[in-house]
Amino acid sequence: MNKKFTAIRLFCAFAIAMAITTAVIFAVSEEPLTAIYNLTLGPLQSKRHFFDVFASSVPLIFTGLALGLVFKSGNFSMITDACLYTGGVVTAALAIKTAMPSGIHPVVIMLAAAVIGGLIGSIPALLKVYFHANELVTSLMFNYVFFYLGIYTVTRFLADREAGTFASQKYASTAALGTLLSGTKFHIGYLIAIAVVILLYLLVFKTKFGYEVRISGSNPSFAKYSGINTGKVIILTQVIAGAVAGLGGSVEQMAMYQRFNWQDSPSYAWDGVIIAILSGNNPKFVPFAAFFLAYIRVGADLMSRRSDVQNELVSIIQAVLILFVTAERFMAGWKQRQEAKKALGGDK
Amino acid sequence: MNIVNDILKTLSLPEFYFAMFRSATPVLLTTLGAMISSRSGTSNIALEGTMLIAAFVGVIVSAFTQSAWIGFLGAVFAGFVISNILAYFILKLKSNAVISGIALNTFASGGTIFVLYLITGEKGASTSLPSLKLPSVEIPIIRDIPVIGAVLSGHHILTYVSLILVAAVWYMFKYTRLGMHIRAAGESPEAAESVGIPVKRVKYIALCLSGVLTGMAGAFLSMGYVGLFSSGMTAGRGYIALATQAIAAGNAAVGMLASLLFGFCQSLSNYLQSSGIPLQFIQMMPYLIIIIAYTAYCAMTEHRKKTRQLKASGGK
Repeated sequence: MNKKFTAIRLFCAFAIAMAITTAVIFAVSEEPLTAIYNLTLGPLQSKRHFFDVFASSVPLIFTGLALGLVFKSGNFSMITDACLYTGGVVTAALAIKTAMPSGIHPVVIMLAAAVIGGLIGSIPALLKVYFHANELVTSLMFNYVFFYLGIYTVTRFLADREAGTFASQKYASTAALGTLLSGTKFHIGYLIAIAVVILLYLLVFKTKFGYEVRISGSNPSFAKYSGINTGKVIILTQVIAGAVAGLGGSVEQMAMYQRFNWQDSPSYAWDGVIIAILSGNNPKFVPFAAFFLAYIRVGADLMSRRSDVQNELVSIIQAVLILFVTAERFMAGWKQRQEAKKALGGDK
Repeated sequence: MNIVNDILKTLSLPEFYFAMFRSATPVLLTTLGAMISSRSGTSNIALEGTMLIAAFVGVIVSAFTQSAWIGFLGAVFAGFVISNILAYFILKLKSNAVISGIALNTFASGGTIFVLYLITGEKGASTSLPSLKLPSVEIPIIRDIPVIGAVLSGHHILTYVSLILVAAVWYMFKYTRLGMHIRAAGESPEAAESVGIPVKRVKYIALCLSGVLTGMAGAFLSMGYVGLFSSGMTAGRGYIALATQAIAAGNAAVGMLASLLFGFCQSLSNYLQSSGIPLQFIQMMPYLIIIIAYTAYCAMTEHRKKTRQLKASGGK
């Protein structure tokens, strides 16, 4: 009953989001059918666009995993943003300043980005455990601190003075992650993301530590009284989440960019929130949720290129989905009636 | 040494303190809003997005009606509507407050650009719209006092409103029925319910009030000194208000001091942009100092709690 109910509710949330989207498109567009066609079916039109969806889902998988883990432990740190951004900056620094053979270079860079990401991820957790500072508040502030630190690092040490805009020098070719399918952007990073999905799934559901994380998240006082070191759980989950996000920034930079040009922090961490929600904080479902959001993203880009509707429409779809999926009481009345009917039926 | 000199010289300028009040205003208004919702027991994470939407609506309405005050009302109303939506999801549909707040922030950052593009054909700023500004006010007697006049007079009208609201919010919590209901609903909802306080309604009202105050902050951003809307112009002020609110711990006067601390840092960073310090470090400073102040505050309360417990157990 519960599983079926969750599925139906998810479907209704999705239907509401689509209805609002359609209404907005019809209200603002002069060619609404072209817009809707490209938004919903655009990515299926060619092999290139379809595999673009996989490529754009990669950073979303990483941030979705990171946030899902943090949410699972009952915390709300948004430091994922800083971890991902700084992971990208570390990648730029190592891809420009160091020379290594092609097989080893990406591995070293990814490890370094993951370590730095983990360190940054630990900061709000440490402040929470030792000073009882709310991790959401400090992480939101630290995102700005690390963003400016990253901009400083790139402009001071890595910038290409001849580029004219904000951009670093070119990365060494040894530091690129190759594509898996020629003519598309489908790259090795996707396999790395899937590997991390499997590792995190095993960590959360098959280890003692994962059990502690789940208990701390679902029932903090029980966790405390049963002897779980909740401080350790808070710090370790956020270190792991930070490392995953740092790795994500690194993979994204090496696979999709030749220079570092993130003048604004990319919104992947905020998109990770919807991935974590849709997947129910379960790593297993993260690639599917990421695929879904990436599909809409690619569709929206095609829509804004081929019609008069802008791709910012996605953020409206995203907000509506998050709101209805997390609304506990949304359709609760319907569920109750169904359950009552079943109970009464059983009586006869 | 040069930098120290620069800082000292800056600190001796009356204009510097004038700018401090100016930078503090939007954060102060939002801090008061955050304080009201937080004391009622719900943390309003959507402040950032609420402020952004209010700033946007203020510019649009003032440009189309050619009246700054109708624009202001539009901004405040927008804040009211957004916080109403948030309240509906949190209180009626039992959504997670943090996640619904994040959803509304996502909606605000994309939605404002989406509509801005529809109206102006640009995604960056509303430069092409003839939007209006709210007036600044000279205070008669204070204006003529040498240094104090330069610091305190001639501010934007919303700066004075925000200072009056500090007293109003303090008074509300201390002496009015609504203020006490809000505190009761936040501190012990069951107890409040048992003596007949409509807890849900009180929480609803508190969230709406926070939206109204944040709407004013949005109006200040886009209709204060700048006179236009640019995408993402709130730049984390809604998040900063969460920190200053936490430092204030429900005390409006402390909330004002915390907001002024942010104003101080922001104003200092504006003045130091031509000094030798790298620009990014200067831009980072306000956020960093708020983190330090907030953490120090948390550490202090924790320490006080521990010593009190120690004393209590030692007394036995």
